[in-house]
Amino acid sequence: MIKFTLNGRKVETDAPATARLLDLIREEHLLIGTKEGCGEGECGACSVFVNNLLQNSCLIPIGSIEGADIVTIEGIMETEQFKILDESYSIAGGVQCGYCIPGMVMASAALLTKNPNPSEAEIREGISGNLCRCTGYNMIVDAISKAAKKGDGLWQRK
Amino acid sequence: MDLKDISTSVPRKDHKGKVSGQLAYISDVKVENMVYGVLYRSPIAYGKIISIQLPNLPEGYEAVGAEDIPGPNYVKIIKEDQPIFANDWVNYIGEPILMLVGGDLNILYSLLDEVKIELEEHQAIYTLDKAIKQKSVPGVNMASYEFGESLEIISAIELKAHQIIEEEYDTGYQEHVYLEPQGMLAIYKEDEIVVQGSMQCLYYIKNALLSALACGDDDVRVVQSPTGGGFGGKEDYPSMMACHVAVAAKAVKKSVMLVFDRSEDMVVTTKRHPAKLKYRTAIDKDGNILSMCVEIFLDGGANVGLSSVVLQRALINSAGVYKIPHFHSKGYVLKTNTVPNGAFRGFGAPQSFAGIESHIGHLSKLANIDPIEYKRKYLVKQGDPTITKGNFRDPILMEEMIEDLLNASDYKKKKVEFQTFNQQNQRYKKGIGTSLFLHGCGFTGSGERDHIKATVKLVKSKDGKVILKISNSDMGQGIYTTLSKIVAKELDILYEKVLYPDPDTKEVPDSGPTVASRTTMIVGKLLQRAAKKLKDQWQSGVEQEVVEHYVHREMIPWDEKTFTGDAYPAYSWGVNIVEVEVDTLTGNLKLEKVYANYEVGKVIDDRVMKGQIDGGLAQGLAYGYLEKMTSREGKIQQKSISDYGPPTSLDVVTIQSKVFDNPYADGPYGAKGAGELTLIGGAPAVQAAIEDALQTSFQQIPITPEVIIESLWMREGEEG
Ligand code: FES
Ligand code: FES
Repeated sequence: MIKFTLNGRKVETDAPATARLLDLIREEHLLIGTKEGCGEGECGACSVFVNNLLQNSCLIPIGSIEGADIVTIEGIMETEQFKILDESYSIAGGVQCGYCIPGMVMASAALLTKNPNPSEAEIREGISGNLCRCTGYNMIVDAISKAAKKGDGLWQRK
Repeated sequence: MDLKDISTSVPRKDHKGKVSGQLAYISDVKVENMVYGVLYRSPIAYGKIISIQLPNLPEGYEAVGAEDIPGPNYVKIIKEDQPIFANDWVNYIGEPILMLVGGDLNILYSLLDEVKIELEEHQAIYTLDKAIKQKSVPGVNMASYEFGESLEIISAIELKAHQIIEEEYDTGYQEHVYLEPQGMLAIYKEDEIVVQGSMQCLYYIKNALLSALACGDDDVRVVQSPTGGGFGGKEDYPSMMACHVAVAAKAVKKSVMLVFDRSEDMVVTTKRHPAKLKYRTAIDKDGNILSMCVEIFLDGGANVGLSSVVLQRALINSAGVYKIPHFHSKGYVLKTNTVPNGAFRGFGAPQSFAGIESHIGHLSKLANIDPIEYKRKYLVKQGDPTITKGNFRDPILMEEMIEDLLNASDYKKKKVEFQTFNQQNQRYKKGIGTSLFLHGCGFTGSGERDHIKATVKLVKSKDGKVILKISNSDMGQGIYTTLSKIVAKELDILYEKVLYPDPDTKEVPDSGPTVASRTTMIVGKLLQRAAKKLKDQWQSGVEQEVVEHYVHREMIPWDEKTFTGDAYPAYSWGVNIVEVEVDTLTGNLKLEKVYANYEVGKVIDDRVMKGQIDGGLAQGLAYGYLEKMTSREGKIQQKSISDYGPPTSLDVVTIQSKVFDNPYADGPYGAKGAGELTLIGGAPAVQAAIEDALQTSFQQIPITPEVIIESLWMREGEEG
């Protein structure tokens, strides 16, 4: 039995230790915001926070998350930070097909929490593990820099 | 809707569900009584199936194959050459032979490993070069066309010419890498099969199902799920997957889900056709073009699919944006025993433009004229004939767009600066390159009138909401937003009052597939007309419905046999300028600056258009130097995203772009097509910039670091 926290709730599972965190999130907890784009740690669509660090959930065997604090996009949806990202992505036009977007939003939040005022180069670096095939990234980069400006101060608090 | 200018951006219709991840794509869907399907695929490239032995299947697990197909065993596309389940001959590695269905994917995968097959292997054709050599062997030439100036006249010109320049140019595969892998679900009901999934063309799928299931119109229904990118990859391929799940659902009387993982998707789905393009050009002593012959060979893969139509577009674009005297063109789709190739944003045009821009660039070097000036000498103008004896009847703004971009990029100054930089630097070399291109909007020739015959419907509810009833998919390109906006503006009602639900063939007429840069221009125009009609009849408090049918623009009739006439009703145009820095030690390339001007009639939404520019250009640039896919003995070698190498955020730079207004009378608010155009100029501009940096010529894309290093070595060898 593996126990951990998922979006602030204590949960446990009987799934084998080798099961992927991604499947647990999607199949057992029916949280669909965490997407699978590659299953090999190469696209970032499955990004979640594990103890506040951005991780690809497709690469994480649940045996390794005993006691950990897991947060998915559903877990940040009600925060002020998410609202700012939501708005900035909309204004900047960062969303097309949307499949990469929850992962991108997680990466954006992780980046801004670490670095509330990133330069363009730092933003590009910060989302370099997240693949987007539709946008060519520039409007996402713009969204993140807009969120940094608008979030003024908000990102530091965490 | 009170928008002075239609181009002013409005919020995306599907933003909320996408940014929160709560919009359900097909792999997020679960239905009652659902089982999974996995495909057993051919392990060899060419041969005959002798026998298949299935393992003992546990309770609840079943096999589905050709014998379960109620109708004929092929996927209805153009020709009847693609089996749903191969049961006699196999023609490529990965060709589906049968499907195992059951509740647990892990069990299904281990059962797949236990399937035994006996095959009689035959000599396969693995490469395009081999297919070219064998093109007269029956079955190898799957489609061909030829047109233009007579070869006698060209021979006479060549005899008197100062020089004949011959070049051969190769382009590689391109893989779509839509971020959402392909997925399809057949929901089993007593009286109907509902097929739902990631797709661009609902009625292509519906027609394929009607044939495969040999059933009546009411027995199948196709519903689009939110689609995580398409780029053409979800144009033709989903029809096959739909047949698989629907046949299986019928056979096992359960709902069947088929979702690929990334490596399966990369190895078995269609790709951009690798091509060989041959140029033979006669020039005079000043380097002026006297005549040109082009030959294009497309690697079709194991069956023809849409390849003949792709070839048509490649050929129609074989002279680029130029008026070339005495032009002749010819092309083939050849069969190889490799994964079938299909639609990809640009649809044959990217290969042609890469080739012709490269060739013209090389001719300019011989003439000792700056490439952009040389290109401008041959630029088509309004009223000029097209190479298929059609006409460029609308205004062409290319001169203005070029001039503007040369200024924006400071082209002339950069040329000089980079020369000095390159003289002073051994290791790093800078270069600047241009590309000029166009894209024909809509289906080739009279396809819209004769084959598609689009119909759109608008339904007004009692409370004044207007619902779009069309079969076009939003796969990320933003038509939920742009088409809703056209209707809202025409009706002068709030944008929020216009609804565009995910299309369902039970609800919507066939407004055609979501392809060929036709959606905004053709479907948008029909919607605008429907909205106008609805406005005239508008009655508050009652439900109303209006329908509109396609009307053909007066053109020079297209004749596919002679390959003459107006190939497209309208063209969109573009100019790109790219600056690069090449590291001559590693061969690595850094994009430094990208400038782009486009003309798409009239932009329907500035933000959506910018998304098309940035995303399309990123794909186009990467096609020229970054994305490399190869096949060896019939096997795709790149099975993961990182093996293949689509651009990350670190590979792209800010794109300085501008769109010119040039309203087109037969498009909604003047709009033409835009989605494919933006990809086309990327690769040729990158190649020209690399050539400028290294002062050398390339005859292929992608120009990867290996290609660069090899060319530098060869030059060193030559120099001593
Ligand atoms: S699905 Fe986990 S990184 Fe792609
Ligand atoms: S929006 Fe489609 S992959 Fe990013």
